[in-house]
Amino acid sequence: MLGPGLLKGMAVTLKQFVESYTKKGSIFTIQYPEERREMPEAFRNFPILVYDEDPENPRCVSCDICAKECPPRCITIVRDRDPNGAGLKKPKVFDIDVSVCMSCGICEEVCPFDAIFMDKDFELSAYDRMESLNFHKEKLLRPNSYFHKIRPTDAARIDANLKAKQEKQAPTPPSGTTT
Amino acid sequence: MEKAASALETQMLQVNIGPQHPSTHGVFRMNVTLDGETVVRLKPVMGYLHRNHEKIAEGASYLASMPFTDRLDYICSMTNNLGYAIAVEKLAGIEVPERAEYIRVIMAELTRLVNHTLLVGFLLNDLGAFFTPTLYAFREREKILDLFEAASGARMMCNYMRFGGVKNDFPTGFMEKLKEVIANYPRFLDEFERLLTENEILMGRCQNVGILPRKLAVNASVTGPMLRASGVDYDIRKVDGYSIYPRFKFRVPLGTVGDVYDRYYVRILEMRESVKILEQAVKEMPEGEVLSAKAKTGAKSPRTFRPPKGDAYGRIESPKGELGFYLVSDGTPNPYRYHVRPPSFVNLTILEDMCLGLKVADAIIILGSIDIVLGEVDR
Repeated sequence: MLGPGLLKGMAVTLKQFVESYTKKGSIFTIQYPEERREMPEAFRNFPILVYDEDPENPRCVSCDICAKECPPRCITIVRDRDPNGAGLKKPKVFDIDVSVCMSCGICEEVCPFDAIFMDKDFELSAYDRMESLNFHKEKLLRPNSYFHKIRPTDAARIDANLKAKQEKQAPTPPSGTTT
Repeated sequence: MEKAASALETQMLQVNIGPQHPSTHGVFRMNVTLDGETVVRLKPVMGYLHRNHEKIAEGASYLASMPFTDRLDYICSMTNNLGYAIAVEKLAGIEVPERAEYIRVIMAELTRLVNHTLLVGFLLNDLGAFFTPTLYAFREREKILDLFEAASGARMMCNYMRFGGVKNDFPTGFMEKLKEVIANYPRFLDEFERLLTENEILMGRCQNVGILPRKLAVNASVTGPMLRASGVDYDIRKVDGYSIYPRFKFRVPLGTVGDVYDRYYVRILEMRESVKILEQAVKEMPEGEVLSAKAKTGAKSPRTFRPPKGDAYGRIESPKGELGFYLVSDGTPNPYRYHVRPPSFVNLTILEDMCLGLKVADAIIILGSIDIVLGEVDR
């Protein structure tokens, strides 16, 4: 079945073969653990919880909206309570199951308090698939500076929003309890 | 001597191709009855990848189904998003801002490029040209996936469209990269065609194989490039004129014979038309918002998004054919009924009719030319 079409095709593969050595940018593969791609700012993989100053007081008020809206329902939140049993505006338990999370980013979108954001870290593999893939609050908490580092434009926009919101509110909002 | 051979007692052989066979494009099984090497019966067996997509959607808010639609046809998540968004917009009567419409068309046409490029690559795999054309295709796809990643945050599971627009605007520097990809694509297509279109082996294997007659194609409600390869002029972008497609000048390529070669070539031509649409869209793209203020609140709190009672069927021309979403609303935040009309599932039903009387190797390439993705077939 040799014919001109076949030869033309072979010329194409030969050209590709030669170009892979001579032309810059014609090889798309990279040597992964040593070489890394620079991820675009929008890249999302897994949620983190952001706190401003004190990791004990994250922005999260445990309103449970992200847990309800999460399409695969991978978030578990239990509200913290003070010794008298009144609910506090912070989570006691905040677990996200990595093996269930599908990196859709809906939690970030629906969060009214700008507390949960998508991280870029994608190297989350672990040796067992039960406990080490269920991330607890301690593992999810990140300072705001970390968020600024991974997503500078978004972080700046959100900080400005938060500041505007604070100024709008009464000078000293009553801190603490809800029922 | 010949007489003795025909007097030999022979029997039919049943072969299962799949469910884990590289040529079945996923977990799909072809139960084939063979007379020697000729196919006399072919029974498609599917359902291995069923994940309850439609029922899950009934228990979730409208927005929460959006990332699940990515996983239907995981090669073209952008068009799945678009189809679903259009259905919900029809249901709730939401207007889409001008710029968002352009972004949607750009993303949909890029998806078409991705899908058709990959399909041609994998069709060649099925033909036995192992992985050289596929990797050329993958290389081009990679450039487009980088664009998706920059805009939406994920390469394949984009989750980019929202009801009444798109999630976010293009980031800075995106348009330059987009223009570069569009400008280089025809060059890649030329090269791809030089490699394949006139190749004698490809012509010998594909021409007059798996002919789908016009009438049968229409009766089996086949859609997409498969239908057009059989010579039926039916493209939902033209027929419905959804989104802003009527504004663009493009032609609908048609096949004449309806064989595997036509299906291959129609897709190549369609890619060239997609490049034309992209060029026009990039040129005309206006500035403005990408998600109206009202739609933004809907996306922010999905529980308050309650479309009025009623039903709606939104359909688009996905790269594989007519992708439709049928939604029934009872006024609650969850859809009462959610149904997907997947193009690859409907196109797959015609597989046996095309394969009868041909050899096993032909059945493989016919399946390849249908262009199925099992995530969508089984849902």
